[in-house]
Amino acid sequence: MKEWPLWEVFIRSSHGLAHKHVGSLRAADAEMAIGNARDVYTRRNEGVSIWVVRAADIAASSPGDKEPLFDPARSKVYRHPTFFELIDGVKHM
Amino acid sequence: MYAQMVDTGVQRVLDAAELEGDERRFQDRIDAGIRVEPEDWMPESYRRTLVRQISQHAHSEVVGMLPEGNWITRAPSLLRKATLLAKVQDEGGHGLYLYAAAETLGVSRDDLIDALHAGKAKYSSIFNYPTLTWADIGAIGWLVDGAAIINQIPLCRCSYGPYGRAMVRVCKEESFHQRQGYDIMTRLAQGSEAQRRMAQDALNRWWWPAVMMFGPPDGESVHSAQSAAWRIKLHSNDDLRQRFIDQTVPQAELIGLTIPDADLRWNEERGHYDIGPIDWEEFYSVVRGDGPCNRERLAARKSAWDRGAWVRDAAAAHAAKHAGEQK
Repeated sequence: MKEWPLWEVFIRSSHGLAHKHVGSLRAADAEMAIGNARDVYTRRNEGVSIWVVRAADIAASSPGDKEPLFDPARSKVYRHPTFFELIDGVKHM
Repeated sequence: MYAQMVDTGVQRVLDAAELEGDERRFQDRIDAGIRVEPEDWMPESYRRTLVRQISQHAHSEVVGMLPEGNWITRAPSLLRKATLLAKVQDEGGHGLYLYAAAETLGVSRDDLIDALHAGKAKYSSIFNYPTLTWADIGAIGWLVDGAAIINQIPLCRCSYGPYGRAMVRVCKEESFHQRQGYDIMTRLAQGSEAQRRMAQDALNRWWWPAVMMFGPPDGESVHSAQSAAWRIKLHSNDDLRQRFIDQTVPQAELIGLTIPDADLRWNEERGHYDIGPIDWEEFYSVVRGDGPCNRERLAARKSAWDRGAWVRDAAAAHAAKHAGEQK
């Protein structure tokens, strides 16, 4: 019999925060993946919600595209508020 | 340690000047402290060495459940039993994190498990010793998990991202393991004369195997040097061992137990404890497969795997039958 598929596990640690990737596991189906994720990744109150996604269904950017994808943002420092110096007298902005 | 004497497959560590192209860029990134991620280019020898190291580590976590599992049904109180169950469950989880980290290197978990069962992959020497009394559960948590923490904390910063992240999770849980072990030892050491003797006996039997867990001195080992250059080994075996001894000796004194080493002395000049000679023949014999429990451990793993086959098959068949159904 072939190996169970690989699932990626995402946990939301508390209300208001986003789900975050915590690791992976193998399970025959989604229901078992959630059960296993609960057993492995939430034994110490780490979460209030679990997402599981088949690893094979995740599309990812390639390391070779790092420069074209991410380098253009480097030169655009004006996108950060700290780029602009506040004049004296302004307390909160 | 949990991964001992990992073979890198290299004959000689090349200087930066001798490396070219991808290999040079790879080493430069490691030297700059940039983590390697699964999709990044990596030398085949780096990948293979990590598979060996991480899978050996994973196998150790899983085989490590056996000596402790031996005492779950005989724990002296309900609290001790619940605690031990939680610890053993953690060890299974640690195995899972590590197998998952190894799988990012393009191997499958089933293949890694097959290699263990075929005797091709190793696990830590320490789990080939028997747990004869309840105090052994205390000694394992205190000494074995204590040694593991010392080894694993630096690995959180190792060069391979998925391995480092798995180590962060493992270290968080390991601290509970060590404290529950020391708590068992403390209570026994403060108990009746028979209980105190039981604690001392466990320390006598586990001390040297725990000291040996860090592996033989690295000396001129080309594999240690290569692993250090790749930043998948961050401190020498002897440095980690010294850290373990310096930390553990005062803990033993505090609860009135004696470390079984007549040559143990505080060395004022070095600022460290000196210890007597280590019997490396015993270590090599255990690594070769001739420790007290090697055959029993492997047989128990194989039996669990074979007897669970129908469960794995049934779950896969159920999933295949219901695949595509809308909920």
